[in-house]
Amino acid sequence: MNLARDAAAQPSQPAASPAQPVVELKDVHKSFGSNQVLKGVSFAIPRGQVVAIIGKSGSGKSTALRCIDRLEIIDSGTINVCGHAVHDPAIDLRQLRQDVGIVFQSYNLFPHLTVEQNITLAPKAVKNLPAAKAREIAARTLQQVGLADKAQAYPEQLSGGQQQRVAIARSLAMEPQVMLFDEVTSALDPQLTGEVLRVIEALAQGGMTMVLVTHEMEFAARVADTIIYMHEGKVWETGPGDMLKHPQTAELRDFLSHGL
Amino acid sequence: MQYEFDFASVLANWPQFLEGAWMTILLSFPATVIGFVGGTLLAIGRRGDTRWLVKACGAYVEVLRNTPLLVQVFLVFFGLASLGFKVSAFAAALLTLVINVAAYTCEIMRAGMDSIHKGQIEAAECLGLTRRQVYWHVVLRPAMEKVYPALTSQFVLLMLASSITSQISVEELTAVAARVQSETFRPFEAYILVAVAYLALSLLMRLGLWVFGQIVFTRQRKLGNAK
Amino acid sequence: MIDGGLNSYHLQYLLFGALWTIGLSLIAFVGGGLAGGVIALCRVSPIKAVRWATIAWIQIIQGTPLLVVLFLCYFGLSIAGLELPAIVAASIAMIVYVSAYLGEIWRGCIESVPRTQWEAAECLALSRTQRMRLVVLPQAVRIATPPTVGFMVQIVKNTSLASIVGFIELVRAGQLINNSIFQPFTVYLLIAIVYFAMCYPLSVWSRKLEQRQQFGNTRGTATPSVTTA
Repeated sequence: MNLARDAAAQPSQPAASPAQPVVELKDVHKSFGSNQVLKGVSFAIPRGQVVAIIGKSGSGKSTALRCIDRLEIIDSGTINVCGHAVHDPAIDLRQLRQDVGIVFQSYNLFPHLTVEQNITLAPKAVKNLPAAKAREIAARTLQQVGLADKAQAYPEQLSGGQQQRVAIARSLAMEPQVMLFDEVTSALDPQLTGEVLRVIEALAQGGMTMVLVTHEMEFAARVADTIIYMHEGKVWETGPGDMLKHPQTAELRDFLSHGL
Repeated sequence: MQYEFDFASVLANWPQFLEGAWMTILLSFPATVIGFVGGTLLAIGRRGDTRWLVKACGAYVEVLRNTPLLVQVFLVFFGLASLGFKVSAFAAALLTLVINVAAYTCEIMRAGMDSIHKGQIEAAECLGLTRRQVYWHVVLRPAMEKVYPALTSQFVLLMLASSITSQISVEELTAVAARVQSETFRPFEAYILVAVAYLALSLLMRLGLWVFGQIVFTRQRKLGNAK
Repeated sequence: MIDGGLNSYHLQYLLFGALWTIGLSLIAFVGGGLAGGVIALCRVSPIKAVRWATIAWIQIIQGTPLLVVLFLCYFGLSIAGLELPAIVAASIAMIVYVSAYLGEIWRGCIESVPRTQWEAAECLALSRTQRMRLVVLPQAVRIATPPTVGFMVQIVKNTSLASIVGFIELVRAGQLINNSIFQPFTVYLLIAIVYFAMCYPLSVWSRKLEQRQQFGNTRGTATPSVTTA
């Protein structure tokens, strides 16, 4: 396990991944006004790998994640996702967003649609699938997240954990190549966190390429192939799950002992 | 007070009142529909990126909301005439009502659309929907449901305001009352009758719009209350 | 005077009419405000009969066009045997109309004072009148200011209807001028501009008040937060 601050970090496990990494950031810089949030971030994620990004609030981890799906536009550097050049202003966003699925902290389900309609909206509107096929996909993804019986419910009738699982199903329905999770359990009551984490773990075991920004350290250590610790806008340390037991830098030691 | 109320002579003219009520409906219903569509388009323009359009829509709304309907009706009626267009009083009235209700609808719809949480739009964009699809599915539709009560009130107000068009001789309810009272010399009774008629019309309109809302907004129908 | 176009005498006459518009608006606002306050309080009265009667009255007024209310007042006065100038009928009609709408607006504002304020006052052993007067009403007044200013715009615009019963405010003044120069479009355009000049500042003020209040709300209300041990 090497100390890696600004270098492009590879997980130390032998990666048998073919050709291109699914997600690759190179020297990404991003400022909001005078506040520089990302100061040269680089990492690469091979296919089928799960990467957890941890760090204090303000370390830039959520921003880095949002940049992958072009929710934020970077100032310099390159981001390549599934063969798309995300940093290119001429990028076909529709294509990118079919290959990338993202789940938000505040679920953002559409309140005026049923669970099933939430899930079938994009397959019908973006992929032009017939209604029956879309419903089929919805049933399958709902089964995957354990909510098969809630298809006709409205979001406000569900608990936070259930809503978040529906949000995951909604992204899965588009059959993305990589899934991004932005602190998806931070807004949940502790007893509801478990059901969401179980779904994420199952997805990981199924071979989905995933990037999770999370505060759930034990979960990250257990499920992630690689952990990236970000500090002050840079990749400070990176390594496999048990890296958290043996932090190399003072900042990571500090972070782990003080929590968030 | 030695006045003796005589409703009978006024009530004898009930066919005319019915025709007047019909004319009120003929004015209000199309004005509501067209005004709603126009107002929604104005709201979309007002929230858009084209600066001149935003300013133009804003100016339109401000001018119409800060001048009386009576003056607007006269302006349209005499304005069109002075420009050489020979329009019927009904057409001028309808046009004015449409122009007027579009301005109010714009503000109501704009408030509704502005209240849509940014996260919803982000989620929809991240599912790959085009800007137009996002606008329709995630902004317009929920906004319409949210502001439907305010829209309903606005449309009832429009129906009541149509009474002003009697001043350019449109033969709606209030004009009928004026005519009947000049024949029967029973102004008080005539206007009481017309007040009752307007009340009935507003109740009917509210009921009709409520039913329409229940049919169109299935979430409200199933869950009961508006959120 | 009669020289085929608008001259300064006409403009003076229009301004004279505008002053009467403002006058009638003030009468409507003050009278309607007082009556509206009574209606708002009746609307939240603990006595069921008072509440229901008030609801019925508000529904009737809000379901009738102002023009019809105006005619009823106008002809009602002559039936009562009173030979009074048009302004009296117009004033009564406006007061009736304004009180119903302002009453409802203010009731909404009273009810939007958080329940917790009522409870806190109750737990301090204040009587119902004291609760209303010392705790709820002051807060309700603050909440009510933007929509009340916004409604003043409606009042000013609605005074235009008084022209129909012959009261010489801005519209009637314009119509009289038009009777001598026969340029309706120009005259009504001028009238519209004067109304806009009167109403637009009020609209802007109302919006500013609303924005300021929303900002104030996000900085926290007076309710104390519960501290955990």
